[in-house]
Amino acid sequence: MERWTRTHRNLLWAVSAVTIGIALFLVFLVAPREATMGDMQRVFYFHVPAAWVGYLALFVSFVASLLYLRRRESRWDRLALSSAEIGLVFITEGIITGSFWAKATWGVWWTWEPRLTTSAVLWAIYASYLTLRRAMEEQGRRERVAAVYSVLGFVAVPINFMAIRWWRTVHPLVFEGGGSNLTPAMLRVLIFCIVSFTLFYLAVLSLRLGIAWAEEQVEQLRYE
Amino acid sequence: MSLARQVWTLVLKDLSLEKRSREMLSSMFIFALLVVLVFSFSFDLRVEVMSGVAPGVLWVAIAFAGMLGLARSFVLERDQGCLDGLLLCPVDRSLLYLGKLVSNLLFISLTELVVVPLCFALFNLTFHWLLLPIVLLGTIGFSAVGTIVSAMTVHARAREVMLPILLFPLVLPVLIAAVKLTGGVLDGQPWREIQNWMQLLVGFDVIFLVVSYLAFEYVIEE
Repeated sequence: MERWTRTHRNLLWAVSAVTIGIALFLVFLVAPREATMGDMQRVFYFHVPAAWVGYLALFVSFVASLLYLRRRESRWDRLALSSAEIGLVFITEGIITGSFWAKATWGVWWTWEPRLTTSAVLWAIYASYLTLRRAMEEQGRRERVAAVYSVLGFVAVPINFMAIRWWRTVHPLVFEGGGSNLTPAMLRVLIFCIVSFTLFYLAVLSLRLGIAWAEEQVEQLRYE
Repeated sequence: MSLARQVWTLVLKDLSLEKRSREMLSSMFIFALLVVLVFSFSFDLRVEVMSGVAPGVLWVAIAFAGMLGLARSFVLERDQGCLDGLLLCPVDRSLLYLGKLVSNLLFISLTELVVVPLCFALFNLTFHWLLLPIVLLGTIGFSAVGTIVSAMTVHARAREVMLPILLFPLVLPVLIAAVKLTGGVLDGQPWREIQNWMQLLVGFDVIFLVVSYLAFEYVIEE
């Protein structure tokens, strides 16, 4: 992705901007109004895609960390770092929009139920990952140790998904069994939002990877 | 040398170091005691039913004292080049992990031998045999992650601060499950209701033990 030319990157940004524009239109003007909660329910279309992309980004970081440990090529480490940073931002957005959603449905900004707790833990893990990278000075060791931490940390994620099924919980089970609790119209809008958020993630990722590559070039120049 | 013997030799090394200086165990004991005392003072002023906060206090004390032990266990290797000596040993790098894990487990368990009865006394709890496996499994989970994370922070700046920052998010699910189980057992809840937490605790222990064992050599290499 770093070797993409400027044109590729601009194209991705353009596509991403268009889909987000359409998504906003769909969310506010096309999606049906929910019966009990009214317009407040529309935060759902921001909350679910943000959480989804957050997990996707952190999964990418996890896989990149594994690949880095195996192959020791610095591009995997750059991918791990970039995706972790972006993933952290999306998880933060997921938690914040989630608490608006929580205030609307349950009347509280936060509660220590399994799904929210594990999301907070995931956030803390990747915040610590970024802190770890800053705290280590030796070049090779820093990437290696951070990669191991990312692998250890990602183990928390499947538990997050399972938590919503293992315990009686107040977090709404949107996709239980085969069907879903959304009307088809809502589902279509949601899926479109997820796609547009993913495209946005890819656009930001390509930018961040470019920055990481440039940083590494500067480091190398400095030592020559 | 067989695997078990190699691990045991490593553990003996740590035990004999501790026997000579005695500084780690004593600081862990005293710190855990102080944590329990401070918490029981603070909560006693506000909480009606003290036994409600007992599981939380117990596990916080174990976690904090455990972190003290974990921090020291690798730092003392770094000074005087002992870490290089360990790396030169003709043992599998992952066995170094097992050796450290067992010695950390021993030290934390010794601390718990003091802290748990103290909590029972201060909070007026009744003993239940199920608490023994719960405390053991929780300690194993905590030490499994703690050993590898303390190896990670040996070379970091501000390592005393980095260890808690890195360790707590990873170990939180273990602590939550342990607190839920301890509280459930002490309250006399039927096993069916809390057995999910036991599954989580066992699952986490197994996962973290395996992953840490495999990943340790990447952390410790030069």
